[in-house]
Amino acid sequence: MALITYREAVRQALREELQNDERVIMIGEDIAEFGGTFKVSLGLLEEFGPRRIRNTPISETAILGAAVGAAATGLRPIAEIMYSDFFAVAMDQVVNQAAKMRYMFGGKISLPLTIRTAMGGRRSAAAQHSQCLEAWFLHIPGLKIALPSNAYDAKGLLKTAVRDPNPTIIFENKMLYNTKGEVPEEPYFVPWGQANIVREGKDVTIVALSDMVDFSLKAADKLAEEGISVEVIDPRTLAPLDIETILASVKKTGRVVIAHEACVTGGVGAEIAARIGYHALDYLMAPIERVGAKDSPIPFAPILERQILPDDQSVVDAVHRTLDYAA
Amino acid sequence: MATDLARDTALQLYTTMRRIRSFELAVVELFARGKIPGFLHTYVGEEAVAAGVCTALRPDDYIISTHRGHGHLIAKGGRLDLMMAELFGRSTGYCKGKGGSMHIAEPDLGMLGANAIVGAGTVIINGAALTAQYLGTDRVAVAFFGDGASNTGAFHEALNLASVWNLPSIFVCENNGYAESTPQHQHQKIANIAQRAAGYDIPGVTVDGNDVAAVYRAAVEAVARARAGGGPTLLEARTYRWRGHYEGDPQMYRPREEIEAWEKKCPIERWRTTLLAQGVPSAVLDDIDEHIRQELEQAVAFAEESPLPDPADARADIFTPTSEVC
Repeated sequence: MALITYREAVRQALREELQNDERVIMIGEDIAEFGGTFKVSLGLLEEFGPRRIRNTPISETAILGAAVGAAATGLRPIAEIMYSDFFAVAMDQVVNQAAKMRYMFGGKISLPLTIRTAMGGRRSAAAQHSQCLEAWFLHIPGLKIALPSNAYDAKGLLKTAVRDPNPTIIFENKMLYNTKGEVPEEPYFVPWGQANIVREGKDVTIVALSDMVDFSLKAADKLAEEGISVEVIDPRTLAPLDIETILASVKKTGRVVIAHEACVTGGVGAEIAARIGYHALDYLMAPIERVGAKDSPIPFAPILERQILPDDQSVVDAVHRTLDYAA
Repeated sequence: MATDLARDTALQLYTTMRRIRSFELAVVELFARGKIPGFLHTYVGEEAVAAGVCTALRPDDYIISTHRGHGHLIAKGGRLDLMMAELFGRSTGYCKGKGGSMHIAEPDLGMLGANAIVGAGTVIINGAALTAQYLGTDRVAVAFFGDGASNTGAFHEALNLASVWNLPSIFVCENNGYAESTPQHQHQKIANIAQRAAGYDIPGVTVDGNDVAAVYRAAVEAVARARAGGGPTLLEARTYRWRGHYEGDPQMYRPREEIEAWEKKCPIERWRTTLLAQGVPSAVLDDIDEHIRQELEQAVAFAEESPLPDPADARADIFTPTSEVC
């Protein structure tokens, strides 16, 4: 095992997949000499050349359209949308094209397309560079979605995505790029649709996404000091969603907190909560708690942004609420 | 008008236009009789564009089409029976009844789909062109779109990317004078959309889109340039759709006389006249017409007799099955 950053883990996955298959190419803004805004692809141009590491104009629709067309005709493109907020200018290519092309054509093509993007706040990047928009995509049948929360998953999920014959979207968290994790020296893959039980516990189930996994683990430590044992589950992928692992935990604990950085209203927590409610209602001892951003654009000033975004204390409070609930 | 085209090519242009026209007039009637569900956008009057461009292509070249896409698939070699079955929503159709008129596709013919989002195909075709370029083939990739699409962001992003990557993309604008109901002078100030090529430092050509030989020659030139690594072309073909934007369109936005004036410029009659003047016996053209009539009759019968899709398959084909990845 090697202790490497989340950024380096993503880069290793890209390098290994570029080495593995000549059909793999990268398309995106400032990904070549510049190495990407978050320096994820730094060095890949030197190793693989401009034919495979392709800088583009600032044209998200053209990036995703070219990726869709290339995937439909035999390449395996990895497109980068610099900030997930920028999907907003190119949603047609994701929603109406990539997600539907195979189906519309009666299964005649495969679309081995991977889209990487950076999500999340906590950097004073303000309202147009901080959002968590995974729920938009979960609503679209035909897409696969992952939110890796650590270096190991960031590498393994991406490698699996590149080899998947379907459109996949990976939301990397920009606050995690510098975090370090243990990653095997030898190549490995993380399957999509298998949740990770990050910490076992018995009193409350916390379903946490992306950087809320780390916040939930911090919360778990605090709660342990009070004698409260929480189980932290990271679904890792939303589509497909490993609801079975979540349900098994809920049936054990009877109490649930769902934590994501995206705003609560219309967030993916609503979908997960609905499924838990439907399949495990008799096991629930308290209403399902949802932790997320307060419904607001993300502010610029750090003190304001902290007011809007959830953290470990938000999780602690939610766990207390669910334990304090008296039926 | 004299033509120096090879006789086979000249007849192929005629046959393709006639197949498109016959198919479209048949589906108009079948739609009116309730045999075809959904929306129907016909290509009547614009046949010379698809025929002229696709006759300049090889079977392994790519095209992407629009909501008005039947003509493009026919011109790329589509089978009328499989198309008709798709429009009928039958399991034997090109897309097993999942795409219909607006999404009809046949990747095996290089036809990457009719696309019902105006302008979207212009960016996707660059991906096909990129594949061709990346793999070192000399295949080219053609996007068909209308005058309306030339005002979308996708169009401009597509031309720019094709230009900077020197892609073998050919952008064929079928300027029929209307973006749905909005006349061209209301939706853009320029008259010749090909002018927009200048902004991307690529060749821009405007041709008479009802002159199939002119379209064909312009396409041959653009295709040759793209195959040789000379990059993209914007080819504007000025034409007119005889019928509404969709079947059922009351067409309050244009005068009857305008339609009638364009009907007199029928690209098929015009080409037929040229061929006859060139000495092609009318019996040869009549034979083609008769052959197409029979083909169409069989296509309708095939569609009528084809089974409906199995409702159990409604959610099949969303994802490609993932075998063990690693």
